[in-house]
Amino acid sequence: MSLLEEPIRELGRRLRDGEISALELTEEALTRIEQLDGKLGAFLRTTPESARAAAMAADQRLRQDPAGSPILCGIPVAYKDVLCTAGVETTAGSQILRGFVPPYSATVVDRLSALGVVPLGKLNCDEFAMGSSNENSAYQATVNPWDQERVAGGSSGGSAVAAAARLACVTLGSDTGGSVRLPASFSGVVGVKPTYGRVSRYGLIAFASSLDQVGPLAKTVEDAALVMTAIAGHDARDSTSVAAPVDGFLGDLRSGVRGLRLGIPREYLEVGLDAQVRAVFEESVRTLEALGATTQEITLPTTEYALSAYYVIAPAEVSSNLARMDGVRFGPGAPDATTLRQAYEEARHRGFGEEVRRRVTLGTYALSSGYYDAYYLQAQKVRTLVAQDFDRAFAEVDAIISPTAPTTAFRLGERTDDPLAMYATDILTLPANLAGISGISVPAGFAAGLPVGLQVLGPYLGEATCFRVAQSFEDAVGVWRHMPPLAVAAS
Amino acid sequence: MASSPWEVVIGLEVHAQLLTKSKMFCSCRAQYLGLPPNSNTCPVCLGLPGALPVINAEGVRLTLRTALALNCEIPEFTKFDRKNYFYPDLPKGYQISQYDLPLSRNGWLEFEVEGRKVRGGITRVHLEEDTGTLHHSGEIQSSTCSLVDLNRAGVPLMEIVGEPDLRTPAEARGYLVALRQLLTYIGVNDGNMEEGSLRCDANISLRPVGTEALGVKVEVKNMNSFRSVQRALEHELGRQREVLDEGGRLPQETRGWSELEQRTVSQRSKEEAQEYRYFPEPDLPPLLISRAHVDEIRADLPELPTARRARFQNQYGLPEEQALLLTGRPADSSYFEEVVARGVTPQLAANWQLGDLQGLCNGANLEVETCKISPVAFSDLLRMVQSQEATAKVAKEILGRAFASGEEPAQLIHQEGLGQVSDAKEITVMVERALEQNRQAAADYKAGQDRALDRLVGAVMAMSKGRANAAMVNQLLRERLPRAGG
Amino acid sequence: MQDGDGVPRAGSIALAELAHVSSLARLGLTAPELAKLAAQLELIVAAVGKLSGADISSVEATAQVGGLRNVTRADEVEDGLTAEQALSNAPVQAAGFLRVPAIQ
Repeated sequence: MSLLEEPIRELGRRLRDGEISALELTEEALTRIEQLDGKLGAFLRTTPESARAAAMAADQRLRQDPAGSPILCGIPVAYKDVLCTAGVETTAGSQILRGFVPPYSATVVDRLSALGVVPLGKLNCDEFAMGSSNENSAYQATVNPWDQERVAGGSSGGSAVAAAARLACVTLGSDTGGSVRLPASFSGVVGVKPTYGRVSRYGLIAFASSLDQVGPLAKTVEDAALVMTAIAGHDARDSTSVAAPVDGFLGDLRSGVRGLRLGIPREYLEVGLDAQVRAVFEESVRTLEALGATTQEITLPTTEYALSAYYVIAPAEVSSNLARMDGVRFGPGAPDATTLRQAYEEARHRGFGEEVRRRVTLGTYALSSGYYDAYYLQAQKVRTLVAQDFDRAFAEVDAIISPTAPTTAFRLGERTDDPLAMYATDILTLPANLAGISGISVPAGFAAGLPVGLQVLGPYLGEATCFRVAQSFEDAVGVWRHMPPLAVAAS
Repeated sequence: MASSPWEVVIGLEVHAQLLTKSKMFCSCRAQYLGLPPNSNTCPVCLGLPGALPVINAEGVRLTLRTALALNCEIPEFTKFDRKNYFYPDLPKGYQISQYDLPLSRNGWLEFEVEGRKVRGGITRVHLEEDTGTLHHSGEIQSSTCSLVDLNRAGVPLMEIVGEPDLRTPAEARGYLVALRQLLTYIGVNDGNMEEGSLRCDANISLRPVGTEALGVKVEVKNMNSFRSVQRALEHELGRQREVLDEGGRLPQETRGWSELEQRTVSQRSKEEAQEYRYFPEPDLPPLLISRAHVDEIRADLPELPTARRARFQNQYGLPEEQALLLTGRPADSSYFEEVVARGVTPQLAANWQLGDLQGLCNGANLEVETCKISPVAFSDLLRMVQSQEATAKVAKEILGRAFASGEEPAQLIHQEGLGQVSDAKEITVMVERALEQNRQAAADYKAGQDRALDRLVGAVMAMSKGRANAAMVNQLLRERLPRAGG
Repeated sequence: MQDGDGVPRAGSIALAELAHVSSLARLGLTAPELAKLAAQLELIVAAVGKLSGADISSVEATAQVGGLRNVTRADEVEDGLTAEQALSNAPVQAAGFLRVPAIQ
């Protein structure tokens, strides 16, 4: 068995006891990546030299002060390529950032580095995190480790697959409308969408600023909670960051669900759920009830408008956020252009893929004079209603449960020519982003051999409840030990 | 001349950089002049992917200070918005600015033009960030490339939008002069139009006299002095009047003032006008401005120019002209008041500060607060004049020397024995000698030529090297030269 | 084109309008790209048109969640990037400046 199949807690003990070294662990991760990732396509680039250096530094720290070293010291991690990493190329899966080497690191990267993690490299994603299948990367496809004919889910597909295939102990992704939870569900790992403001966005290449959050993907709930504890908390460099105490993620983890009230939104079961996904969900509900939770039907009436509101707000913000991608200060640009307009248009036409162009167009259109009220303002008001739905629900229940996605991973290419079908993939995840509440996707079982995720939504700053429900559930179903069927590439 | 059928309508938009230490949304220096290109940036103001803005509280405070000095209302809720457009000096592809809920609105500025008091309305004062700068080798028109320097990008910039209340180019100039004075008075801006820390655009249109609806407005840019504002507007209104008098129509457009050609040149028509797609800046939470905070800022405002001028007239009994000159800059006022506080009569202090000292400063390209004569030294000198320990002539000479060397003027007078001679015996000796050596003048005076006395006084002053008490010399001479029937 | 309520109708995106939007966003889309996008956007906009069905009388707009207010920093200077760092990713530079085709 690979060391990377062990939970962080166990690896931490072995690192402290000197049974294994961080360097060994790192070498094993690098080897696994080399052996397995050719087919999976999770990594856009690895950084073996700096990984080894970080591992050796971690080993020294562990030797000098085994008891005082952070739990994450020496743990191999990898970052979605929307997170800036000083000195390491960061492209957000886009041609327009090809060759961009940031002179600074995202706050989450800095925080983990300070704890002694070992960064292995950068993970593939849909271009600027726009997509639900990971098919919008300008560089490569990331495929589902359970069925390589199928999508990994997006946009944090590389992050989900790297965690699922145990190429890294834990990865970071970003979730704007479900981009952590959806691929986590499709690839059979745990994925966290923190409360808006819980985790710093500084250094996260913005997709939709009012919706984006960075979250961990990991094989177990506790691994995810460990990383959340490390990355969450106020950051003065992000004005939307919340100064709430980061506690209870780990402390309440094993408090069980007895007496917790779980709400099941009626509207979430009316979105054309795949029958097998529904069956797995119903089994999950029975499991949670058997653990002592009570369940009840709730209603989130604005659900039918949430998707539309999301596809106005997110594109509007992205049309502005991507304006800085102009080829002047970074990126390939258009050095041969003779007029300014030509320079902008060439750089951006060459640099942006189809989905990005589509959303920038849609967002520019929605913000144009004459349409602002009908689209943008209306969408913002719907957003208020979505949040009010959740407020009412959380007055009655402690957490909300649903499938993470209406289906399991679909076939590669199946939805690429049908943007609306692709957008509908996020129907169960994006309301949480509009409302800014916390959520998690935890492996629940399988449908025709493909992972199905259970989504647990908690109130604003209610991560502790999400983790607690997810941990209880994980202990009961024990799916996490199932590994995708991966054949080591013939050498 | 028949009166023109057109009424001129002018409104000014003034951009003023704020005197903060750091930029508006990042911690780079706000002072960017003279730095090597692109050496004053960070991921935030360089617009690197992932970087986020944080509001500089001092920028907000200085804007509120300005708004209150301009009698504006301060709403309790305000927010930032993104103004989206592409330009190489705008790194993010949007400017963080304010759209529908600015920090302040509905104020006014009172100023004088040709002795007339005018009140110009202030639509709003809002806060935004400055852009970078573009450089060209040679003329812009013939350049094939533009060079971008982002040192200035993100410097706090206040936009003061004036109502279209101004009716002549002279009023526009008067408004701008008064606004610049106010901004420098309250210490929010350095008033440097040449370097661009204070910039002015104007909207100008004509409408038939007696009508209310505004005519087609032309925006005039690129005026970087008071004089160019007045000239550009004079030129522009002449141009518009000519077109309208001939029955022509004016397109809505933006024109630039060419200092070289002394005319405005079309830059952009309305068709090319930008569509900015404003929307709330999602990276910055809104601001709630408490009434207590507003009161605090209001209480902290210094005396404003108009009030100070009135006080200088009332409290110090100065004529309006001197009060105006002494309150032009806060530094002039405080210099004056320090001198007066040290026992110099206000009129003497005003005469000497505006006369001799200002003259020396002008010659050396200095201001009173930067020259070598401190208010203490200046008042010591003036007190000697006041008590007749030194003659005006000596004081003037000594002031010139001290101004150059930095020595204490009062000490110089003592050291060199230049104190005024008021000893009757000493002066009598010199008067006797002068009468002896200038018999003709004495005779002339006796014969009724008043001016002959000046020659005699001059002779005594020369003998005393300017130290003799002129009043005593006069008196003694008159005693010695009795006139018939006098 | 809009109906009486000022709400754009489905199937309402003219190609010229889309070209204008593409131009505003400096996307440089070609005619075939515009045509394809127009068809897709029409469907998306029609779906988004659902929004007009939501009852929003007396509802405030939400621009941000969490209700944060007055997040500011003290006016202090910190070191930023060196000129070399600032220009390190620039595709074209000259004498310490970023270079672009002339503004006109």
